[in-house]
Amino acid sequence: MPMKPLVICLAAAAVLVASVAGAQRENKDGVTARTQSQSSEWPPSSRELIRPEELAKALQSSAKPIVFNVGPRLIYVQAHIPGAEYIGPTSSPQGLEKLRARAASLPRDSFLVIYCGCCPWEHCPNVRPAYTELRQMGFTRLKVLYIANSFGSDWVEKGYPTAKGE
Amino acid sequence: MKRKAAIFVAVAGLAAAFYLSSHRRFVGNRPADSPAPAIALTDLSGQTIDPASYRGKVVLINFWAAWCTPCREEIPQFVALQEKYGARGFQAVGISMDDPEGTLRDFCREYGVNYPIVVGSQKIAEAFGGVLGLPTTFLVGRDGRIHAKQVGATDFPKLEREVTALLQSGH
Repeated sequence: MPMKPLVICLAAAAVLVASVAGAQRENKDGVTARTQSQSSEWPPSSRELIRPEELAKALQSSAKPIVFNVGPRLIYVQAHIPGAEYIGPTSSPQGLEKLRARAASLPRDSFLVIYCGCCPWEHCPNVRPAYTELRQMGFTRLKVLYIANSFGSDWVEKGYPTAKGE
Repeated sequence: MKRKAAIFVAVAGLAAAFYLSSHRRFVGNRPADSPAPAIALTDLSGQTIDPASYRGKVVLINFWAAWCTPCREEIPQFVALQEKYGARGFQAVGISMDDPEGTLRDFCREYGVNYPIVVGSQKIAEAFGGVLGLPTTFLVGRDGRIHAKQVGATDFPKLEREVTALLQSGH
């Protein structure tokens, strides 16, 4: 094979490999990069995060978690995780109170998942107070759904099941 | 020579396609280049915005919330775009998601919002193909078609280039 086409092909393949590597870095290391820059209380350790693919699998198993939506109503009514209970934005005192009241009667070893997905992970005003509140209440099997960008792009667009309405 | 060119185009095309797909930020079922929904909106002052009144203008529709930090940070730049290009046929419209009206009024006063703000609803969000993340911004051309949809933070230099191009093109 003559040298020139070989060089051209190698260069183009390098661009392709770089794109793949870049995309993977963005998707997989995003959590680590963000978690390391935060305080010890927030964000949760990687063991307390659950990725969309893991939650989708857990929802099909016999040991389904209880899922709380702590985000805005207008997103919930358009699409939410089937079975997720609407709590409302826990960035407000009313939302936190509702979460406290709902969780009060649950055994502290319940498998609980909270999620929002209103905004990119590092800007979500709701998951952090909900997580802190539930941890303070003593929930030991609490997980936060890691939504990097939005519920639309990281759950709905990925084809995971959704439900609509109140 | 033709064979070399074909190999190059094929491999480079594959790389470009992958790059674009991995950086795609569009979601929902109302993709770019479809007609903008003709839905009547009511702004905070109670005025009805007839979608027909925006025909022939370049319209930016920003779904946002005052409680959403990245949304809030963008507002001064939308205000600046309205100020700069309003006379040339640019019109911004903000659609707030889950903000109490009182909060919205205070916010608009504080930030000097110079374009209509509408209280959002499920109906409005679904007319735009679903708004499942904030901020979400649509850019509609003079032809009434959606030219761009951005989910997440706006790249303002890019947006301004798109706005000026649309103002000049007549699309």
